[in-house]
Amino acid sequence: MTAARALRDSGIIVWRQLVQLPRIPEVLIFSLIQPVMFVLLFRYVFGGAIATPGESYVNYLMPGIFAQTVAFGAVASGIGLAEDLRRGIIDRFRSLPMARSAVLVGRTASDLVRNAVVVGVMYAVGLAVGFRPEGSIGAQLVAFGLLLLTSFAFSWIGVVIALSMKTVEAVQSAGFIWLFPLTFASSAFVPTDSMPGWLQAFADNQPFTIVVNAARALFLAQPVGNYVWLTIVWMVGIIVVMIPLATRQYRRRSG
Amino acid sequence: MDARADSPLAVQAEGVRKSFGKTEALCGVDLSVPRGMVYGLLGPNGAGKSTVVRILATLIRADAGTALVDGVDVARKPATVRSRIGLAGQYAAVDEYLTGRENLEMFGRLSGLRKADARARATELLERFDLTDAADRPSKGYSGGMRRRLDLAASLAARPPILFLDEPTTGLDPRSRLTMWSVIQDLVDDGTTVLLTTQYLEEADRLAQRIAVIDRGVVIAEGTPAELKARVGGEGLEVAVVEPADLERARTILSRVATDEVFVDPERRRVRAAVADGPRALADVAGQIAAEGIPTEDVGLHRPTLDEVFLALTGRPAEDDDGAAATDEGSG
Repeated sequence: MTAARALRDSGIIVWRQLVQLPRIPEVLIFSLIQPVMFVLLFRYVFGGAIATPGESYVNYLMPGIFAQTVAFGAVASGIGLAEDLRRGIIDRFRSLPMARSAVLVGRTASDLVRNAVVVGVMYAVGLAVGFRPEGSIGAQLVAFGLLLLTSFAFSWIGVVIALSMKTVEAVQSAGFIWLFPLTFASSAFVPTDSMPGWLQAFADNQPFTIVVNAARALFLAQPVGNYVWLTIVWMVGIIVVMIPLATRQYRRRSG
Repeated sequence: MDARADSPLAVQAEGVRKSFGKTEALCGVDLSVPRGMVYGLLGPNGAGKSTVVRILATLIRADAGTALVDGVDVARKPATVRSRIGLAGQYAAVDEYLTGRENLEMFGRLSGLRKADARARATELLERFDLTDAADRPSKGYSGGMRRRLDLAASLAARPPILFLDEPTTGLDPRSRLTMWSVIQDLVDDGTTVLLTTQYLEEADRLAQRIAVIDRGVVIAEGTPAELKARVGGEGLEVAVVEPADLERARTILSRVATDEVFVDPERRRVRAAVADGPRALADVAGQIAAEGIPTEDVGLHRPTLDEVFLALTGRPAEDDDGAAATDEGSG
């Protein structure tokens, strides 16, 4: 199977997913409702009680929301794939002389497009509730790039979860359960120095905090330190581990 | 396509075994499917029919044994096998959010057709399967019969010489089933080889030139429908009497035309027997019953059901997965 064929077949799967998107408005709407709800809750309910020295809370919050939004996109990737498995469409794909990698690459790549749209909308929502990013256009674009890299990495985690579970319901629960501790025990919503020492040690060093810190520094024109490089290393690392894992499971698995 | 000439058989399987955990799904299946016919794989739920198809379609690997499809080994060259087969039926679906046309174009392109060819082929298939009116609606809104036809059309996008149809009519209403039957018949007339799994003897009888009966992971009988039915005892003639006291007289009348023993079912007040020339036996028996003035509820011919085939071949009723007797099989 040539690389050209793999690329072509992946492109066809991306086309399939993107044609579906406006026909299943629930997916896009629910991808948006949740982060919008989090913005409103944290901006107006908890925000007043959270101290973020040197920065307004809404400025502090929004990069965390963007990162959480793309991370939660992993669940949608997993559920979409689990649905395909359940319906038997994956069996049909596997019976065709198409590139084996195309179904998974096509799905994760199209989820990247969906997440880009969702983050774009969330950026506008942020502006509406007082988010005032001071980073240069270039820096903010780099931040977007890092978020999309994160989206791609997390989608692959969602795919691996989907291929490991037997039912769509299991994928739904298992897909969310690890994301809550990961996104909340991080710098996304509160500065980590308010956490107990043991938790802070985890929160400061886990990859999600690193993504949030990188994005926050870039959006708010703060010093980025090593966060950009660390983000790239973490996310590329996740992708490099997850792709072979997912591909192997895909070969073996069928509805 | 060179390998086609090498093998006179479309499918050749020897000693194929497959276990799922502790469950042995296939315990050494042998299968020889000649080209250019519908070959029926008949058996109850859980017999292993789908597992056979999934192995032949390269979806799962056999634990042991060899299987050649179009002369190509499914374990060694699965990618080559995939370019020669189509798969449709209960386990191969279409995308319900895409329109019929989009589905066919997508599957055509993924089968290796160029964009323009896939488009032309889609139009052709939509027309052939009577889906043109619904072509540009998402398939989610299709009826069960339309969806099965689209599913079948999708498997034909790249004109595969061999087609696997896994229970193509299970769950369809009688009219849609008839339509599917004529569609499948047309395919074979065009030279396609079809391996069809079914739990309906009637379907295998109607479509298949040869049938393999599979039970608990083993092929227990193979032959033409006529050969198999002969083993079951052909058509059956059944008389239901009104008075239990008349059962013995009905038995005597029936025994004159029966090719085998006459069964008496006192609970349902019925007697039945296998007969050779159904219509003639029916006329004879009906005439004698009328002459003797025995009141009856019903006198009629019935085809052997899958249950009877199983009873004849295995000495026990057909059972499905969880061991419950499959009482309504063959009745649809």
